[in-house]
Amino acid sequence: MPVITYRQALNDTLGEELARDPNVLLMGEEIGLFQGSYRVTEGLLAEFGPKRVVDTPIAEEGFVGVAIGAAMLGLRPVVEIMTINFILVAIDQVVNHASKIHYMFGGQVSVPLVIRTPSGGTGQLAATHSQSFENWFAYCPGLKVVAPATPYDAKGLLRAAIRDDDPVIFIESLALYDTKGEVPEDSDYVVPIGVAEVKRKGTDVTVVSYSRMTAVALQVAQRMEQEGISVEVVDLRSLRPLDRPTIIESVKKTNRAVVIAEDWYSYGVTAEIAATIQEEAFDYLDAPVYRVAGLEVPLPYAKELSAASKPNANSLIYAIRQVLRGTKRLR
Amino acid sequence: MAEVAEAAQPLLERATADELKHYYYQMLLIRRFEERAGEMYVKAKIGGYCHLNLGEEATIVGLMAALTQDDYIFTNYREHGYILARGVPPGPVMAELFGKETGVSGGRGGSMHLFDRKTNFMGGYAIVGGQVPLAVGAAYALRYQGKPGVVITQMGDGTTNIGAFYESLNLAKIWKCPVLFFIVNNGYGMGTSVEAGSSEPDLWKKGASFRIYGERVDGTDVLAVRDVVRRLRARAEAEGEPAIIDAVSFRFRGHSVIDADRYRDPEMVRRGRELYDPIRKFAALLLEHGVIDDAWLKSIADRVEREVQEAIDFANNSPDPKFEDLYKYMYATPVPNTPTAEDAIHAVKINHGEF
Repeated sequence: MPVITYRQALNDTLGEELARDPNVLLMGEEIGLFQGSYRVTEGLLAEFGPKRVVDTPIAEEGFVGVAIGAAMLGLRPVVEIMTINFILVAIDQVVNHASKIHYMFGGQVSVPLVIRTPSGGTGQLAATHSQSFENWFAYCPGLKVVAPATPYDAKGLLRAAIRDDDPVIFIESLALYDTKGEVPEDSDYVVPIGVAEVKRKGTDVTVVSYSRMTAVALQVAQRMEQEGISVEVVDLRSLRPLDRPTIIESVKKTNRAVVIAEDWYSYGVTAEIAATIQEEAFDYLDAPVYRVAGLEVPLPYAKELSAASKPNANSLIYAIRQVLRGTKRLR
Repeated sequence: MAEVAEAAQPLLERATADELKHYYYQMLLIRRFEERAGEMYVKAKIGGYCHLNLGEEATIVGLMAALTQDDYIFTNYREHGYILARGVPPGPVMAELFGKETGVSGGRGGSMHLFDRKTNFMGGYAIVGGQVPLAVGAAYALRYQGKPGVVITQMGDGTTNIGAFYESLNLAKIWKCPVLFFIVNNGYGMGTSVEAGSSEPDLWKKGASFRIYGERVDGTDVLAVRDVVRRLRARAEAEGEPAIIDAVSFRFRGHSVIDADRYRDPEMVRRGRELYDPIRKFAALLLEHGVIDDAWLKSIADRVEREVQEAIDFANNSPDPKFEDLYKYMYATPVPNTPTAEDAIHAVKINHGEF
C-alpha cells in the first residue's frame, strides 16, 4: 500500500470529492492563489478553477454563514478556517445556526457543510494561536466532530464528512500534516463518523486519545512494550457522536485507563471520557482514571515554557506508570 | 433616494382591483392573527417570546407581493406575518406558536423559528444578524447553480449595527449575490432608538462604503414597498446587484408581547397608531377610488375573523410532539452512538417522576 502524508491524504480527498460532485466547493482564506496556509489545498485552484475553489476575504463569520446558507440550498461547501483560534469569530454561525437548522425547523432542511481546521499548538505560536477548541463544538448537539490521527483516517473521515448531510467540524493538527501512513489507492473507502478504533491491542492499560495525541500514544505504547507493559490505544476519531461502547469495552478488559488530550485540563475532552469510564466501568477499575491534558495557562511564547505546557510522551509514560501503581493524580 | 415615479401613476394602473383587495385581505389577516396571538400568549397558550408584526402589515404584504415562487426569504424572529403573506395557511403557523406537531416546524421551533420548505420560506432566526449571512449564502447558491430568483433577508433596524451585517454586505457585493437587504425600520431596536444606536440613522445609506445602492420607502404604503422591491429585485436577479431597502413604519406595541413599552411617550404611541396605521390608510384609499365599499370591508373582516379563529381551533386540537420523537430531527444522516427513541422515553419518565 502506498505511504503518503496526512496533508497529501487530505489534498487527494478534496480533489477527488471536487471531481465526484459538482455541488462540492472549497471556501476559505488563502486556499486558492496562495495554495493554502498549510498547503492542504495546493494545486486545487489550478485544477478546478475559481468557481470551485473560492478565496474569501478575512470575514469568518460572514463566509461561514454564507457556506451554511449555500448548504441549505444544496451546495456542499468545505470551508477551511486557517486555525481553530479564528473560528471563535464565527462561532455564532456554527453553534446558533449550523447545528440547529435541521432540528429547529423540524427536519425540513439540512446543512451539508464541512469546516476543516487545525487545532492545538506547536512551534511557539503563543497564546492566541495554539488553542484546542474541539470540545466547544463536541459539546453542541447537532454538530458532528471528527479528529483523525492518521492519513488513512484523515482520508476516510473527510470523505464521510463531505458526503454527510449534517455540519461536520473536521479537526486537523499542524503537527500531523507531515506524518506518514499507508493509504490504499483506487479505493472509495469511508471511515464511519461516530466510531472509535482500537489502534493497538494491549492488556495492561487503556490509553484513550484522538488526533495528534493518538500518534503520541502509539509511540509510547511501542516503547513501553520493551518494558513489558502492554498498552491498548483507543483512538476516538469522532468526538461527537462519542463511541462510548468501544472505550468501555477496552477498559473492562484492561481495568486501567489514561486519557490524554492537548486541550486544557478543566472541562476538557479528558473530563468527559473519565466521567464516562466512571459511570459505565466503575466496578472494573483497579485504579482511578488518570487524565493528561494541557496546563492551564495562556500558552507562553518562550520555547521551554511553551513546550512544558503541552502534554507529551513523557507525561503519558508517567501517567501510565502511576495508573499501573494505582496512584491518584497529583496536580 | 431614488425617484418615485411609480407613485405618480393612477391607482388602478398600479394594481388590479383584485390585487388591491388581496393586499388588504392579507394585511388584515396579519393584523388579526397577531392581535389574537397576543391574546393567546396572555392565556399561556403560547410560550417563550412572541414578537408581533402590528403596524408592519403594509411592509410585509408589499414585500411579498413583489416576489416570485423562485425567491427565498430569510427573516428575523418577528416573522409571523411574512410566512402568512407567503401563502402558508394560518392554522399550521398558529400551531407552531402553540408548540404542536402540526406546526410549520413540527413544534420544534416556536414563534421565532417558523419555516416552510414548500414556499422557500427559509426560516425565522432569533440571533440578531444571524440570518443575514445565511441569505447571502442562499443567493450565492442560486448564482452558483445558475438558477433564477433572488433572496430576501429581512431584518430590524437594530441589526444594521452588528458585524455580521457588514461582512454580509461586503461578501454580497464582491460575489455578486442576488440578495436584497430589507430593513424593517420601526424606529426602535427593543428600547434603543435608531438615532441612539446608529451613527448613520439614514439606514439606506449604510451600503455606501460597499458600493451597494440603498433606498428608503414608506413602510406603511403597501404599493410603494411592492414597487421598490420589484424594481430592485429585477436588478438583483439580472445583474447580481444587491441592494438595501429601508422600509420605515411604526411599531404599534412594545418589542414583544411582554414589553410594557416604558421608553416611548404614550401620547406619541397613541398618535402614531392613528397616523401610521397602514390598514386604515389603505382602506381609505380603496374606498376613495371606489375599489371597495363598506359592505366588502365588513365581509372581509368577517372572513378574517373566521380564518383566525379556525387557526386557533386547529392549533388547540392538534397533538403535541411525541416524547419518543425528541431526537427525531437530530441528524439528517444517521450515525452510530446517538440517542434513540428508547433513551428519550426513559429520560422523560424520570423527568416526570415515574420511577
